[in-house]
Parts: sequence; structure tokens; C-alpha cells
Amino acid sequence: MGMAMASAPILPVAPNGLAVEAHGLTKRYGQTVALDGLELQVQSGHVFGLLGPNGAGKTTAVKVLLGLTHADGGSGRLLGEPIERAAARQRVGYLPELFRYPGWLKAREVLGLHLRLGGIPRDRWGGEIDTALLNADLQGRAESRVATFSKGMQQRLGLAVALIGTPALVILDEPTTALDPIGRLELREIIRGLRDAGTTVLLNSHQLSEVEQVCDQVAIIHRGRLQASGTLDELLTPGGVRIRATGIPDEIMARLREHHEVISDGPWLRIAGAVEEAIPGMVAAIVQGGGQVYGVELLHPSLEERFRQLVAGPPADGRPAEDGSS
Amino acid sequence: MRTAWIVMQVTLREGLRRRLLLALFGLSVVAVALTAWGYSQLGNLPASRNGALKPAEIQLIASQLLILVMFMFSFVLALSAVFAAAPSVAGELESGEALAVLARPVRRRDVLLGKWLGLGLVIVVYAGLATTLELAVAQLTTGYRPPHPLEAALYLATMGLTLLGLTLLLSTRLAPVTTGIVAMLLFGLAWLAGVVGGIGTALGDPATAMAGTIGRLVIPSDGLWRGALYSLEPGAVLAAGARAGPGLAAFPFFAPAPPPLIYLAWALAWNLGAIGLAIFSLERRDL
Repeated sequence: MGMAMASAPILPVAPNGLAVEAHGLTKRYGQTVALDGLELQVQSGHVFGLLGPNGAGKTTAVKVLLGLTHADGGSGRLLGEPIERAAARQRVGYLPELFRYPGWLKAREVLGLHLRLGGIPRDRWGGEIDTALLNADLQGRAESRVATFSKGMQQRLGLAVALIGTPALVILDEPTTALDPIGRLELREIIRGLRDAGTTVLLNSHQLSEVEQVCDQVAIIHRGRLQASGTLDELLTPGGVRIRATGIPDEIMARLREHHEVISDGPWLRIAGAVEEAIPGMVAAIVQGGGQVYGVELLHPSLEERFRQLVAGPPADGRPAEDGSS
Repeated sequence: MRTAWIVMQVTLREGLRRRLLLALFGLSVVAVALTAWGYSQLGNLPASRNGALKPAEIQLIASQLLILVMFMFSFVLALSAVFAAAPSVAGELESGEALAVLARPVRRRDVLLGKWLGLGLVIVVYAGLATTLELAVAQLTTGYRPPHPLEAALYLATMGLTLLGLTLLLSTRLAPVTTGIVAMLLFGLAWLAGVVGGIGTALGDPATAMAGTIGRLVIPSDGLWRGALYSLEPGAVLAAGARAGPGLAAFPFFAPAPPPLIYLAWALAWNLGAIGLAIFSLERRDL
């Protein structure tokens, strides 16, 4: 579908350069705590990934920021405007996780309705709708009723609605749901196009690979609290080496600890930051010191590993992740 | 108010596109045509062994038939108001349609007002058209014209709006089907309370009569229908009713007097209150 812009991108308006701010947001549903003092800051112009396991509070956070759900405490701003005010959503596009458009409306009418609700001047409607249909690869179905759309097409229409009106901030909640592999690829292209145009994107996802591929900033939330945030590089676990060995002499151990963080992981030792070239020397030293080596593995930098550390603790079998680490 | 205007247009367009308006107005025209045929047959009925009915007798019968037909239209209006309004908020909240709309720079009160305006316009137009057409065919076929046609249409329209307000309020918190069922039950109970109250009046039992009064205060639909009923009654029937005494109050299709002005003020306040509460409820709802 490729990315095309209807008009010049709108520059971020927040004086502090933050497109999204959340301070101490709390939300309870009965006994369940969905948000527990959530802190979040998204710099304008970035593609920001909000990561967390199912039920971490990602969707609640987004809904509170959009005024769809009311927080029990804390405050927030979108593009500098307090979230309690409708004006905060003036230049925000949103793709909900679960949504539907009225089946009796045509695709073009859905887009037109959202342009009207967004207060976009009438002279921009034609260009905006054509661009949105092009980006969503729905040009041929503009006059079709939504009821005739497949789930994937509805998802693409949802994306078109989120992007219509050239928003300064686009919030995508689990956007790859219902998209086929090609659709996912195209979505990544669209997100990169948005970033190139200066649009801020808040991407809500539990798919680490998706976030790793497009986001330049990431926050990990768990049980409604921010666990970590920063650039992707800051959040990736450093690579390293895993060794499964017995009888490692103390002096070898001391030497390893001098240069690296050594983490015991079941029967494995994880030597953070150790590089591939160091493996033969390490193995030789252990064997010469009387130890026995049963396995050696090179670890890649991984968001998943970090995610697990923060959210679930180390995996039971000590195996590194298959996905997202290579 | 720009949002309310947009939502009102979408609501009306939905009614047209989904053939709700076509079905409602089309079938009502058919019903009017059938009743026209019925009225026209009154002149052919043998009154007794003495031959055809006299014009005064035909007009008296026509007045009672007209009341029954208008009761049917009031029921259609109530049903339409409830079943058009029940999914309009609850359905959109349930399906996620509301998420995309309310994430726009709009206020929820404007969205709700837009729906009220769109559906309310349909109700008012329907009440006006149905009353005009039905009264016109009754007059053309039998020569009978009820004393207060405009008031009858206004009472009907207000009754429809009352059910619209009630349904929109329920719709902000209940599921679409539940909303429809609860609203229809309340409408039915209010009507029944009116009938029970009438029986209480006829029997001279103040406690039972009070049930009708309370019913008409809690849900004003029955009180407003009785206003329409009174507007449709010819002077002869009212005079006969006055001679018959309180016993006639037990008859559900007779109203001896129009609702007092204070009751109309209450019905208006009730409607405003229902919309206000619906807005209050929707604004506080977590999506």
C-alpha cells in the first residue's frame, strides 16, 4: 500500500516536546488494578512501543489517555492538552484493538464521517479520503458497504480512519490483529512513513518482534506499572555467552566476574557481554582448571530476554527465546 | 453542537439506509388505507331491522374506532421509539463503534443529543403524519372530526419522546436487548397502572386509584396517551361519560378530562431529566 501524505505534516504542539504524558495514572475495576501509578512520556516524532503481556494495562492506558475510560487518579496530556478536554484529541488518530464500523456505511462515508467529527475543513476532505484509501489499499472498495468487508479489510479501514486528517499523534492498539503477513509488512512501511513525516506513533503491542522492527523507543509495562523505558538499544539485553559446566575453578570464576556480569541460570551460567571470540579461551581455561564443559551458546541482544526478566522472571528451562533474538 | 448535528444526520441516514423509515411509514400508510376501508363500510352496516345507521350513529362509532386505531399507532410509536433507540447507544458501545467516534474531539453529551435529535425527529414526524392521515381518512369517509386533532398529535409525539428518553437512558448502561425489554416492560407497566388506577377510581378505592397516579408520574407515557385519548373524544361521549359517573373510569379507552397543566409541566421536566441523566450516565461510563 505504500505511504502517501495528504498534506504537509503537522508539527508537534506540546511546548515540552512530549506528544504523550502520563503521571501516576491509576485505574481500578473492582478489585482488579489495571493501572497502578503509570508514568509514561513519549517524545514527539518518535515511534514508541508500549509493550506488556496480556492484561498488563496497555489498552486501559490508551483508553484513559483518549478519554474513553476515566482514571481514578493521576493526570495525562496528549500533544500538550489535558486528557479531560476534547481538544486533546483534536489531532490524534486512533485504531482501537476491538472495533467495528457501521455495516451500512460505505468505506468513503466512514472516512468522511471521521473527517467531519475531527473538524477537518471541507476543502481537504477529497484529498484526505483518497490518500487514506490509497494507504489502506482500499481504492477499489470506496463505495462498498463495510458489511461486505473481510476482517482484514476492516482492519485496514480502521487504520485508514486512524490516519485520516493528517494527525500529529497516531495511537495503534494491537494493529496487526487480523492482518496477513503482507498486511503486517505494509503496516510497518506505513509506520515508517509516518515517522519520516514527523508524526508521533504510539504502538501498543504484545508482539516483541513487531516492536523491535519499527519502534525507536519502548516502554515495558506490567501490572499497570512502568517497568522500564528507553530507546530500543538501551532496553535490549546485552548479548553474551551461556556455558553449562561443572567444577569451574574459583580463580576462573573470579576472572570472569572481573570483566562480566555472571548470572546463574539453572545449570547454566550467563556471562553478559562476552563476545564470540572469547569462547575458545573461556572453554580452554575451564577445562585446564579441571572443569567439565557440556554446552556453550552465543546469546544475541534481545528485547524478549529483557521483557522476560522484567515481566516473568527467567524461563524455567533457561533456554533463550527463539523469536526476536536473531 | 456541530457534533450533535453530524450525529443527527448519521442517525437519520441509518434509518433510511436500513429501511427502518420505509418499513415504518410504508406499513403505516397501508394501515391507514385499511382503516379507511373499514370506516367506509360503516354506512353499509345494518343497525337493526330498521335499515342503515344514521349519520350521527356512524360518527359516534367512528369516534370510538378512531380511538382504537390511534391506540394502535401509539403502540407502534412506542415500539419504534424503544427498538430504534435501544441499540443506538448500547449497540455501539457493545460493538466498539463508539470507541472510534468518541476518540475524536467530540463530547459525549453532543453525541447523545444528536441521537436524541435524529430519533426524536422521526417520532415527531411519525406522530404528526399518522395522526393527520388517520384523521383525514376518518373525516373523508364518515364526516367525523375529533375536537382537538393538533393536541392529539402533540400528546402522541410527547409520549414517543418520553419512551425515547427512557430508552436512551437505559441504553447507556444496559445491553441492547435488555434495554429494549426493560423499556417495553416499563411502558406496559405504566399503561397497566393506569388501567388499575381507573378501576380504583370506579370502585371508589383511593389506594388503588393512587397506583394509577404513581404510574403516570414515574413513567408519563400513559398519562400522555390519556391526553391524546381525551383530545380524540367527541363532546357527546364526554357528556355521556359525565352522566355515567365515576364507574366509566374503569374503561381504559375513556378519559373524562385532559391532563392538568401541572402534569404537562411534569412530563416536560421528566423528559429533560431523562436526557440529562442519560448524558450524566454516558459521560461517566468507561468504554
